[in-house]
Amino acid sequence: MANVELRSKRPLSPHLTVFRLYINMMMSILHRITGAANYFAIILPVAWLVAAASGSDIFALVNGLFATPLGLLVLFGASWSLIHHALGGIRHFIWDAGRGFSIPSVIILSWATIFLSLLLTAALWFFAMVMHGRL
Amino acid sequence: MTDYRTDLSRVRGLGAAKFGTEHFWMQRVTSLAVLLLFPFLFYSVIYLAGRPLAEVKEYFSSPLVATMAVLLVALLAHHMRLGMQVIIEDYVHNSSRKLTFLMLNIFFSTLVGAAGVIAIIKLSLGA
Repeated sequence: MANVELRSKRPLSPHLTVFRLYINMMMSILHRITGAANYFAIILPVAWLVAAASGSDIFALVNGLFATPLGLLVLFGASWSLIHHALGGIRHFIWDAGRGFSIPSVIILSWATIFLSLLLTAALWFFAMVMHGRL
Repeated sequence: MTDYRTDLSRVRGLGAAKFGTEHFWMQRVTSLAVLLLFPFLFYSVIYLAGRPLAEVKEYFSSPLVATMAVLLVALLAHHMRLGMQVIIEDYVHNSSRKLTFLMLNIFFSTLVGAAGVIAIIKLSLGA
């Protein structure tokens, strides 16, 4: 019993709920979330490839599903998630090289990740739509 | 019996994961390789979106395109297996559940990789 009482009085290590949210923390969390999302989202392009290799009926079915509003929304989210994770990977390469550890650099790199991920996702969809005459 | 080995040699290879830096290193290698293939991925997605099947097959009939696509799928399957393994090890503490998830992770990643590679090869050969 005394043990329980002592345990409750132990100082707690600061954790997620204690720190104020900084942009680099949010990008770190997003890196893992987008990585996990990409893990499942890879089903989308692989299903498309398998459908294409399986025959025109299945290919038309998958293309049709992708072209629905929900399908396009999922694809848009998946493309942003992949791009964000890729940019996060570049940020980690910079840190792996021992660079960019000053506080201003960390903040700039973190903001650049989210900003460029949105920009590149918009660019990807813009060029895809221009190529296929939707714009 | 007296053990004459040094402390270092006795603990070597006995870390929590039973491995050295192989996992960390391969995560970086696959990551950089995928990044190098990103321009190809971007171009392919923009070019292939909504195209008829005949033109898709035509695109993959190029050995260079098929090679890059196969590499991309295989590298992604490897990279995602390594990444999900870390997530499982971080959050799943129950030993039997952890082993189950670690195994499912290998099954799923390998299945995704194999399905993608076989589809690309079939498209490439125009079957």
